[in-house]
Amino acid sequence: MAYSQPAVELSPKVSDEIRKTTCYMCACRCGIDVHMKDGKVAYIEGNRDHPVNKGVLCAKGSAGIMQVNAPSRLKKPLLRTGPRGSGEFREISWDEAYSTAVGWLNELHETAPHKLAFFTGRDQSQSFTSFWAQNFGTPNYAAHGGFCSVNMAAAGIYTMGGAFWEFGQPDWDRSKLLMIFGVAEDHDSNPIKMGIGKMKARGAKIIGVNPIRSGYNAVADEWVGITPGTDGLFILSLVHCLLKAGKIDLSYLTRFTNAPVLVNGDPHSPEHGLLLRDADGKMLVLDRRTGKPAAFDAPGVQPDLAGTWRKAGITHRPSFQLLAERYMSDDYAPEAVAETCGLTAERIRHIAAELARVAFEEEIEIDQPWTDFRGVKHDKMIGRPVSFHAMRGISAHSNGFQTCRALHVLQILLGSVEVPGGFRFKPPYPKPIEAHPTPHGHDRPGRPLDGPHLGFPRGPEDLLIDENGIPDRIDKAFTWENPLSAHGLMHMVISNAHAGDPYPIDTLFMYMANMSWNSSMNTRGVIKMLTDRHEDGRYVIPRIIYSDAYSSEMVAYADLILPDTTYLERHDCISLLDRPICEADAAADAIRWPVVEPDRDVKGFQSVLIELANRMSLPGFVHEDGTPKWTDYADYITSHERRPGIGPLMGFRGEDGDQTGRGAPNPDQLDRYIENGGFAVEHIPDEALYYKPWNSAYQDWAVSLGLFDTPQPFLFSLYVEPMRRFQLAAEGHGDRQPPEHLRERIKTVMDPLPIWYPPFEDGHIDPVEYPIHALTQRPMAMYHSWGTQNAWLRQLHGHNPLYLPTRLWQQHGFAEGDWARVSSAHGAITVPVAHMAALNENTVWTWNAIGKRKGAWALSDDAPEATKGFLLNHLIHELLPPKGDGLRWANSDPITGQAAWFDLRVKIEKVPAPDESQPVFPPIKSPVGRGPKDLAWKVGK
Amino acid sequence: MTDLPASTDRKLGLVIDLDTCVGCHACVISCKGWNTENYGAPLSDADAYGGDPSGTFLNRVHSYEITPEEGPAQLVHFPKSCLHCEDAPCVTVCPTGASYKRSEDGIVLVNEDACIGCGLCAWACPYGARELDALEGVMKKCTLCVDRIYNNTLPEIDRVPSCVRTCPAGARHFGDLGDPDSDVSQLVAARGGMDLMPEQGTKPVNKYLPPRPKQDRAEDLDSLAPYLAPVAEDQSGFLGWLDKALDRLPGARSDEEMS
Amino acid sequence: MHPAPSVIIFTTFSGLGFGLLLFLGLGLPPVTGWVAFFLYAIAYACAVGGLLASTFHLGHPERALKAFTQWRTSWLSREAWLSVAALLVMGIYAFAAVFLDTRLTPVGILGAALSLATVSSTSMIYAQLKTVPRWHHWLTPAHMLGLSLAGGALLAGQMTVAAALLAVAAAVQVAHWQVGDSALARSGTNLASATGLGAPGRVRAFEPPHTGTNYLLREFVHVVGRRHSRKLRLIALTFGYGLPVVLLVIPAAPHLLGALAILSHLAGILASRWLFFAEAEHVVGLYYGKRAA
Ligand SMILES: Nc1nc2c(c(=O)[nH]1)N[C@H]1C(S)=C(S)[C@@H](COP(=O)(O)OP(=O)(O)OC[C@H]3O[C@@H](n4cnc5c(=O)[nH]c(N)nc54)[C@H](O)[C@@H]3O)O[C@H]1N2
Ligand SMILES: Nc1nc2c(c(=O)[nH]1)N[C@H]1C(S)=C(S)[C@@H](COP(=O)(O)OP(=O)(O)OC[C@H]3O[C@@H](n4cnc5c(=O)[nH]c(N)nc54)[C@H](O)[C@@H]3O)O[C@H]1N2
Ligand code: SF4
Ligand code: SF4
Ligand code: SF4
Ligand code: SF4
Ligand code: SF4
Ligand SMILES: [Mo]
Repeated sequence: MAYSQPAVELSPKVSDEIRKTTCYMCACRCGIDVHMKDGKVAYIEGNRDHPVNKGVLCAKGSAGIMQVNAPSRLKKPLLRTGPRGSGEFREISWDEAYSTAVGWLNELHETAPHKLAFFTGRDQSQSFTSFWAQNFGTPNYAAHGGFCSVNMAAAGIYTMGGAFWEFGQPDWDRSKLLMIFGVAEDHDSNPIKMGIGKMKARGAKIIGVNPIRSGYNAVADEWVGITPGTDGLFILSLVHCLLKAGKIDLSYLTRFTNAPVLVNGDPHSPEHGLLLRDADGKMLVLDRRTGKPAAFDAPGVQPDLAGTWRKAGITHRPSFQLLAERYMSDDYAPEAVAETCGLTAERIRHIAAELARVAFEEEIEIDQPWTDFRGVKHDKMIGRPVSFHAMRGISAHSNGFQTCRALHVLQILLGSVEVPGGFRFKPPYPKPIEAHPTPHGHDRPGRPLDGPHLGFPRGPEDLLIDENGIPDRIDKAFTWENPLSAHGLMHMVISNAHAGDPYPIDTLFMYMANMSWNSSMNTRGVIKMLTDRHEDGRYVIPRIIYSDAYSSEMVAYADLILPDTTYLERHDCISLLDRPICEADAAADAIRWPVVEPDRDVKGFQSVLIELANRMSLPGFVHEDGTPKWTDYADYITSHERRPGIGPLMGFRGEDGDQTGRGAPNPDQLDRYIENGGFAVEHIPDEALYYKPWNSAYQDWAVSLGLFDTPQPFLFSLYVEPMRRFQLAAEGHGDRQPPEHLRERIKTVMDPLPIWYPPFEDGHIDPVEYPIHALTQRPMAMYHSWGTQNAWLRQLHGHNPLYLPTRLWQQHGFAEGDWARVSSAHGAITVPVAHMAALNENTVWTWNAIGKRKGAWALSDDAPEATKGFLLNHLIHELLPPKGDGLRWANSDPITGQAAWFDLRVKIEKVPAPDESQPVFPPIKSPVGRGPKDLAWKVGK
Repeated sequence: MTDLPASTDRKLGLVIDLDTCVGCHACVISCKGWNTENYGAPLSDADAYGGDPSGTFLNRVHSYEITPEEGPAQLVHFPKSCLHCEDAPCVTVCPTGASYKRSEDGIVLVNEDACIGCGLCAWACPYGARELDALEGVMKKCTLCVDRIYNNTLPEIDRVPSCVRTCPAGARHFGDLGDPDSDVSQLVAARGGMDLMPEQGTKPVNKYLPPRPKQDRAEDLDSLAPYLAPVAEDQSGFLGWLDKALDRLPGARSDEEMS
Repeated sequence: MHPAPSVIIFTTFSGLGFGLLLFLGLGLPPVTGWVAFFLYAIAYACAVGGLLASTFHLGHPERALKAFTQWRTSWLSREAWLSVAALLVMGIYAFAAVFLDTRLTPVGILGAALSLATVSSTSMIYAQLKTVPRWHHWLTPAHMLGLSLAGGALLAGQMTVAAALLAVAAAVQVAHWQVGDSALARSGTNLASATGLGAPGRVRAFEPPHTGTNYLLREFVHVVGRRHSRKLRLIALTFGYGLPVVLLVIPAAPHLLGALAILSHLAGILASRWLFFAEAEHVVGLYYGKRAA
């Protein structure tokens, strides 16, 4: 009998139409093809032409359809009727919502703008939201960077004009060795995976430094299961080994960094430790030809590292000599640090040797001439094919800033930044500190703030404090407590507002941040602060406005809810003024546009801000005659100009839409973006592809695109002079002086060369009682709390065990299905445990933000997220435990204020399984009802 | 027809690189999305927002831990879908002929119109590659995206399985494993591609590339020592070395032209 | 495997029913008329009832007729054909016996053979599965046939034969358990072969692909505690085999004791069948870390 088989329809029509926009299931901003059937979203896949993801898509991205049809979507503006936290609301019209908000805000704008604190979370329109806040006039604006990764961002910018994160990436096509520190997922989510895939395909080596060996670390060829909080010491020990062996790139150091710049060696000078400059303010180096100081960029100068300059009896040395002296000390020898880091001295040496071998023996050359900013022509691009990447594993510790600095110093010593095979920036980075603003915080009722909120202080003069040292900002950013808090301190806003310290506020306005749950430390405490009342019954934080798209835990704690659209229902702009989608080879930006219209009474939050601004006639938003400049966000995106010819979008500018970067606003710009797949790309010319900070071709290209108005070549700062200025103040120089209790700390931590000190929590609690490090990791398939409302994703991560290493597992006699009580100095949780062998033996961990509050996200009360899931946040406090000095110290990096999530120390005991994970909170009444029972559908059938 | 074809013209299948898979579940969800909209009944989810959510997936990513005799433990992320076996026991057990193996490309499919949902094919599959859809009552399995790979309404470059197209790490490869010259066959040959449960005699078409040997054991360590031979023991020796080294730099003779 | 009531009832009762038909077909006892009607009613109730029960676990019972198409490869399809053939042939035989008072011996023998073949094919549905090492053994057909014959003999009132067959079936049952207990280990399928990851070291399932459950876990991963299993085995042996034999060899009041023996047998066999499924380890459980590696 002949073989017979059914005929299969091999070419079904996939969709009626593809609409190309930008994903927003996380901040990576991949391009997506949204397949539409019958006007509905049917299927989402990656956009192959897109510079970020080149067609691939992660689990969250593919599950976007479930985000757009999630039952947890808010439907209408809400006004609270029950007490805060109850979830009882009344649906109101947009008109009532606007007038309520304007009623609260307008008076503040005219009388005391600082009484509005406006903070945004996981958002990508910061250039717009900050513009709004600036024109409102409040100093109290920031996004979530302060609890996220400001250590990484600020250390990168102060050291080399840009950070890892999504602002730079390894040269995935050429690198031969990648060392990746403390990364589970990162913002550059798909590009990192694509890059690792590329390196793997070439058989290149990856070393993972992480207490936990999962994800990227699981595929790493070598695993360094370091003790949390000790990476800085490990890195400086690598530096020690490389210096001793002379395995550093002297040519690179002399030309492109401040290694040869002379440091004032006069211990009595108020400029001791600052860089020497000539009359034009140019940094001075020793010229090897003459032995005399010369401007670092003077023609023909051959900067010296080995010499010294004696003048008036004082010896001034190149900063490199201070660096070498410090790190060649035996304190940084592998033998001295190995135990603290939980490694062996042999392994540290081995890794240093491997870096040396690949950087200097496997040097690569590209036949590509280029010209540096001094005018020197080079006929080749020399590459040191070792690359590094790092994220919150080193950033989210109280020694994170200096650890990130240490890593950049290591990269620079190897000559592997902005060279083929090394680490590369993505435009608009690199950008020297001088090209960034300083912070501004003076409010003047009725008028805009005196300048942009956030910036990079160059010294104590840039701190935002008044004559009495009182902070200008509610989050106390840019004060002696955390001078370089370039992203603000979102995690301190609620507790400071509650304490009325430095002053009480009237309205807390938040956008897209689940502050009553997973994005706060000390969740229970924050809930209490949000619901706390004065004796007369008024809330301590009088008014809370919140914009969310979904029924999150935070919704229940706000008074007025401004429901946002989902990401497929609105205009957005991923701008070069903000956090664009650039790649190392190209500048690029993108939009989102309503590929479907909302089926609910919701509005894009940015358009809502414009409407509020128009109703309040905020400066900047209205013409002289009071008429609005923009009707909605789409209008703003196309017609707003930051500087003449420069607007939110770089592509299709000018009347004919044929200009990129600079050009008059083009009313058809959004349509042109849509035609082009939702994005615009401008490639960097070949001769400008590497050495960006020093490459004249790159600098000229950047100017032509409008990234800068003039070329901004600069030297990398192994030695960070602005930090020294704070130290000088602490040493008694200058008229802005730190308070006494911070003087010693400033002297120590503001070291212009990287240092390592133990994480603060180690010094505030008893490490014998709390011997275990506790961490979280982001699951690749979940985005913070959003993933849970997604019927597909929640099946992957519906609850989260606490993973224990073999040593603890056996020591406590745990078996599968057991539960443990986990306590920190601050609190306790009782949670399910599981065993993991590929884990640092003193570390436990769990997936981040899986635990949910009953009643949130339109889930049933018995959802596993609420009964077995849990948050580690209950164990973490925004303040360190009292140390007996009468002070409460913030659980933050002392330089940037970054929340030290990963300093947490705990103890563990086995306990009988409770009914559900502890603590249990009462359910919230769902403002959107519950989701349907079963799902089975086909769009278009 | 539940006879297996005597031979198939091609052996289309996947090659999954366990050295590269980072365990991101992208392939799982993109498969869910494509197959909900396409071939056969949608992949349903029961109790989708409730206490015991459970849906149909055609591809799932496990993870395994390996503890070697010496050296630290390792983790391997392990995606698994139908392996499109040459001797597919799921096909021969099927009483209705709903399960069959295509003679032209070896893809194993379920003709849902003929499926009575008896579950026997899932019993016969050693790999857990088949799931009976709870709401539809028919057997679901990986189709190797048969409605993509030949789909002439898609651009040629997109005629690959959804999971392959989406995999961010490039850990999934699709091709003809019957052709020794194909890219996938070459990859299998170069990297020692293996069968799962070879003893079950199913002759899977899909192959797995094993993780490359890790380099984190103690004895891997000493070979590189010469690269760290010290240039100096103290600061003054170091400055001396530095001085000489700077002299040796090409730029030191200022032989670069000025522009 | 999930001990679904539908399959337990199906295999137990269809085994009994076809066992009884077999004996009736062979003329043991050589009944006609009302007695025949009564016995055939029991046999058909068991056989047809069992078959119907098996359709309860179908996703699409309305398409059940399609299950007849694949007799060339599928044991399930063969079972469908054979059962229908057996029921039809025995139907003719029964009709003649009940209403015409005639025993068409050749038809009866054919019907008996078909009944035997039906039970064999049922057993082969399980025995063919390499994926369940406990079942993948000639003892599985031996066990099912043995029980069918013994149960049939019991129902047919063939006391001596029944006692003997029960003894043999008990031995097979014990052997099936014994051999089955080490079947997975002997099969050569383990987590190392399942993942191919055995070379670098010991493999352990770390995280399942999802936190919830799924069809595979519900259907294939059922873990029976050792103590629980021992207890049930004892119950099965005692009630399914031991007690009936004892009751059969007691000479007094054969009918009453016979009925008791049948009830006891049924209870024991249901326990045995529950274990047959619940203890069967499907190799897919290895992937989920639910089997010893
Ligand atoms: N233990 C522990 N806690 C942590 C961390 C950790 O590592 N460990 N990480 C911290 C870090 S780095 C971060 S960034 C925070 C993140 O924490 P959050 O910023 O709070 O992140 P989410 O919880 O995902 O979401 C914020 C809110 O945005 C809403 N949302 C989603 N889409 C939209 C939309 O389109 N419009 C509007 N208006 N709202 C929307 C969601 O519903 C949610 O309520 O968590 C912090 N918390
Ligand atoms: N899928 C997904 N992607 C996301 C997010 C998400 O929620 N889901 N969130 C986005 C956000 S807001 C952020 S901030 C980024 C964060 O991106 P990541 O920085 O990758 O985030 P984490 O998951 O916090 O990972 C921190 C890693 O550091 C390790 N680690 C902790 N302490 C130490 C240490 O002392 N040393 C070393 N070497 N490692 C350590 C942890 O084990 C963990 O692997 O991800 C972004 N991308
Ligand atoms: S990484 Fe995933 S979720 Fe994030 S933007 Fe890209 S596809 Fe979307
Ligand atoms: S998409 Fe690729 S990397 Fe991610 S789990 Fe699947 S195979 Fe692995
Ligand atoms: S993997 Fe399973 S379902 Fe796929 S062909 Fe092989 S036996 Fe059949
Ligand atoms: S479930 Fe469907 S495909 Fe599977 S054996 Fe039964 S009829 Fe065949
Ligand atoms: S080939 Fe298609 S059906 Fe099969 S696992 Fe991949 S996406 Fe799913
Ligand atoms: Mo973050």
